[in-house]
Amino acid sequence: MLKEEKRFVEIDSKYVPRVKVKDRVWKIDAEGMYYKDLNSLLRDMCNKGAEKILIRNVCGQRYIGTDLNAEVEIDIHGTPGNDMGAFMSGPLITVHGNAQDGCGNTMNDGKIVVHGQAGDLTGHSMRGGQIFVRDDVGYRVGIHMKEYKRKIPDIVIGGAAGDFLAEYMAGGVVVVLGLTLGECERCKARFVGTGMHGGVIYERGDILEVGKGTKLMKVGKRDMQVIERLVKEYCERFSADYEIIMNAKFHKIVPVSKRPYSKLYSN
Amino acid sequence: MRNLSMLTNPYNDDKDFDGCSIFGMMNVEGKRFSSRDPIKAIANMHERGNGLGGGIAVYGIYPQFENYYAFHIMYLSRDAKEKTDRTLATSFNIIYDEEMQTRPAKVIDPPMVWRYFVQPRKRRLGKMTADDYVTEKVMQINTETGKAFVFSSGKNMGVFKGVGYPEDVADFFCLEDYWGYLWTVHGRFPTNTPGWWGGAHPFNILDWTVVHNGELSSYGINRRFLEMHGYKCTMQTDTEVLAYAVDLLMRRQKLPIEIVTKVLAAPLWSEIDNMEPKQQQAYRAIRQTYGSLLMNGPFSIIVAHHGEMIGLTDRIKLRPLVAGTKGDFLYMSSEESAIRLVSPTLDKFWALRGGEPVVGKLRNPHKTTSLEEN
Amino acid sequence: MKTNLLPEFLVERDERRCIRCKVCVNQCTYETHSYDEEDDVICSKDENCVNCQRCVTFCPTHAITIRKNPNVNTENANWTVAAIRDLKKQAETGGVLLTGMGCDKPNLTYWDRLLLNASQVTNPSIDPLREPMEIRTYLGAKPDELEMEMENGSILLKTKLAPQLRLNTPILFSAMSYGAISLNVHEALARAATKCGTYFNTGEGGLDKRLYKYGDHAIVQVASGRFGVHPDYLNAGAAVEIKIGQGAKPGIGGHLPGEKVTPDVARTRMIPTGTDALSPAPQHDIYSIEDLRQLIYALKEATNYTKSISVKIAAVHNSAAIASGMVRAGADIIALDGVRGSTGAAPKIIRDNVGIPIELVIAQVDQRLRAEGIRNKASIIAAGGIRSSGDVIKAIALGADAVYIGTAALVAVGCTVCQRCYTGKCPWGIATNDPWIAKRVNSDIATERLVNLLRGWSLEIKDMMGGMGINAIESLRGNRLALRGVGLTDTELKILGVKMAGA
Repeated sequence: MLKEEKRFVEIDSKYVPRVKVKDRVWKIDAEGMYYKDLNSLLRDMCNKGAEKILIRNVCGQRYIGTDLNAEVEIDIHGTPGNDMGAFMSGPLITVHGNAQDGCGNTMNDGKIVVHGQAGDLTGHSMRGGQIFVRDDVGYRVGIHMKEYKRKIPDIVIGGAAGDFLAEYMAGGVVVVLGLTLGECERCKARFVGTGMHGGVIYERGDILEVGKGTKLMKVGKRDMQVIERLVKEYCERFSADYEIIMNAKFHKIVPVSKRPYSKLYSN
Repeated sequence: MRNLSMLTNPYNDDKDFDGCSIFGMMNVEGKRFSSRDPIKAIANMHERGNGLGGGIAVYGIYPQFENYYAFHIMYLSRDAKEKTDRTLATSFNIIYDEEMQTRPAKVIDPPMVWRYFVQPRKRRLGKMTADDYVTEKVMQINTETGKAFVFSSGKNMGVFKGVGYPEDVADFFCLEDYWGYLWTVHGRFPTNTPGWWGGAHPFNILDWTVVHNGELSSYGINRRFLEMHGYKCTMQTDTEVLAYAVDLLMRRQKLPIEIVTKVLAAPLWSEIDNMEPKQQQAYRAIRQTYGSLLMNGPFSIIVAHHGEMIGLTDRIKLRPLVAGTKGDFLYMSSEESAIRLVSPTLDKFWALRGGEPVVGKLRNPHKTTSLEEN
Repeated sequence: MKTNLLPEFLVERDERRCIRCKVCVNQCTYETHSYDEEDDVICSKDENCVNCQRCVTFCPTHAITIRKNPNVNTENANWTVAAIRDLKKQAETGGVLLTGMGCDKPNLTYWDRLLLNASQVTNPSIDPLREPMEIRTYLGAKPDELEMEMENGSILLKTKLAPQLRLNTPILFSAMSYGAISLNVHEALARAATKCGTYFNTGEGGLDKRLYKYGDHAIVQVASGRFGVHPDYLNAGAAVEIKIGQGAKPGIGGHLPGEKVTPDVARTRMIPTGTDALSPAPQHDIYSIEDLRQLIYALKEATNYTKSISVKIAAVHNSAAIASGMVRAGADIIALDGVRGSTGAAPKIIRDNVGIPIELVIAQVDQRLRAEGIRNKASIIAAGGIRSSGDVIKAIALGADAVYIGTAALVAVGCTVCQRCYTGKCPWGIATNDPWIAKRVNSDIATERLVNLLRGWSLEIKDMMGGMGINAIESLRGNRLALRGVGLTDTELKILGVKMAGA
């Protein structure tokens, strides 16, 4: 007996009327609800076998989707708080609105679909699953993404990205479509892919200024298969025109070396 | 002369360390509105603070006294008040004074808070400008007794702050009775000055206020540079240094905000080297001259004075700040949800880029009215 | 480029004793020794020798002696042999100088200038072998007060306590990642912790699936690289530790070089085999104190509030203020790692120049948390150069709840502190992932050695406590009257909160 009694957050009885089940869809009105209560409710629903959950009036509640190791669909209306889907493994979260900082932080599996913008650090240290963002993303998106064998995470950015995109990237796929940019306009992002030593960034057109230690390459057949698969899903999710998006030249950015700092030290 | 260091920095740390939430809201037509929205917004970012500091700055609240400096002073003892009253009486014509309206609220150990409307005594002013005179007197009061602290000193504006969550501080000061056209609000997470009311933000001098999130790694040299220019950094906070830097550059050296932001969050050398020669020269000069005012390390700030609200983050954006507009309103916030709570739909919403300011200006700087009057 | 570097050590072989058994040839992973069949003689390349003592220990006839090279520059207090060596090395390579283990400079240790008390006459000392002597420790947040009622003669506890870690002895194994050390050593630490009723720390490299069975005695670490961090891992441990910094290299990240990322390490870290495993300097989701709170609560949410969350920082100038913020941000345990803390690889210049001694920081943090009335809200684990049970007990008297040991544990396994961990060729099979070398550590034997060490230290701690007339460790915790200082300035005594010996 080394661990003491387990502690769980108990659901406040006042929130029970906020939950309704209709046609196997669980609905929550989250207005003014504290994040611990909301997440506790979500855990409870997943334990009861919920497959689809709809949350309305979300405004800043953090960590939605964390610790739900289930294949549940969560629809969020409003603005979810920071670290949405942090350490997440399994759920499909759809945000009808913008996502704040840290969405998909250290995400393990599942999917996040944002009908709008996403903040800084989207997909930080992500190791599996997918993130689709319709519009722009903030700074430091996809930094230190990883992959292992067939567990390869994807981030698809419909708009533009901020500085330090895919810094330290060790694996996975980042696609930047730049659909919110004007003609001939490029992303303002600086230091893209610095320290990158694995994975790949695909850009639609010539929109990214690549950082140190990366190189720009032509896309091959295999690359196109990945791009087509991801763009297809992007278009399905956001009702975008596949032909228009694909009618552009894609480039890929890859690291120069798997060992960027092997010559930094003298032994 | 005693100073406030026992209060501002009881453990003699290098400085104050804290983290925060910030929110700003401005009506660019100068229409005044109540505390409801700004307070609701900051309360939504409760998790970013720890209940040991909250504060509000609001502009346009004293239209009936708009020509007088409005002092908000906190007193830790009756003696300090008597002594400060004497100082005030000899330096200023006191037009009106009263104990500020407060009510019991979830705040910790409130001091006595007093409000004065004052005008510098002409004979004492000499060659000094009224602003410089007031600045000097504020510094004098703040260091004189160690138990009196001027936390607001501008005209037709006021700062309200204390130890508690910002919504509780607003409750304490009965802020529902105040109407202003520009509000900045702050929720604080201090680590080493937990019980000091003066340590809360906004930080104020004259009508300048700063709310700040982050920690300046360059504080040591920023402070010494400002001290060389006659500022007394009694609070030992990053925010104080930011406020004085803005005061020095904008009020005293008359630089426009666009350039001031290039001092505080200077472009990288790699960017400067790629500019056209004339710009290179200018930016190089900025970094050479004002290198000691580069605010290095994470910060996001909202600086305000009459007619203007400025948002800025450090040059590699280590702290969040987003902005949105809806009609005549400009919003800035650490988190988007706080804006959406008070304005679910926005005309425009964006995240600030590192080192690039957002500036909200009154369309007509001389006209402010209350929303309820229309 | 011809090197100007002279060998640091000279290998001397007594030819009369050498039986040409070639043990030295086989044991040296730096290829120092070689056998010349033609002449039937064993030769040594002195420049390869790192003085790890492996060949010396294993030579059956004690034929080998390793000597410091006497050919050194003219004695100079500023331009020491080591300083000149480093300069030459950098002139030849243009790189950052790496090193391993903790700072080897003198003058940074306060333990030796602190002395313990003992009972004489006015209160009795206790004989710990025959009388009760309690060193069990619980780590985790404690409430301000308890709500309780009497019900039919028994106590009804109404307050729910935060999760607590039970330690049978106030010593834990410090964070050492799989990748930096071999799996056998990781396993030995896990098994020894389980046997002794304490905890090992996974370090930042994840936990191999084969060791999940020891999860109840694991503190799983979440560091800037987020290697091997997933829900199973977080829930496998007894507590989760957020690593902000390390005493040996405050403020910087790390690289596990690609050659150490073997298929097994790759699987545990979930990165491709052979790539550099980069740990960024900061945790990129923590740029401010409120961000720390955000991550602490993300981890609490991810483990449904069943685990203590520890936050580890390097001991630096403003540790007291930072620690106060950490506690207010929701940390249940704060781990402080002093300047003498060890590492598998760090730039030498950082290891030897950044950070401050752990003794001062324990004293300052404990005092600050008490001044602010929040000492109960988190436990303190001290780390960084704990060499003996004497250091443990002094750390506890200064205000720590428990200590982490790293180097001491590795020495128990076989380490000789030669400071070459970063080469990945550790001849003792500890800091290596080369399967041929790693099997030199037998995890059964290593476990036994670690258990012996903790047993010995625990007995000594009890002896010292008994001598002071204290039979429960909580009576010693933060009890600075048990300490006196010698050879310290007034300022040092003030910071440590102890009196001068004799006073």
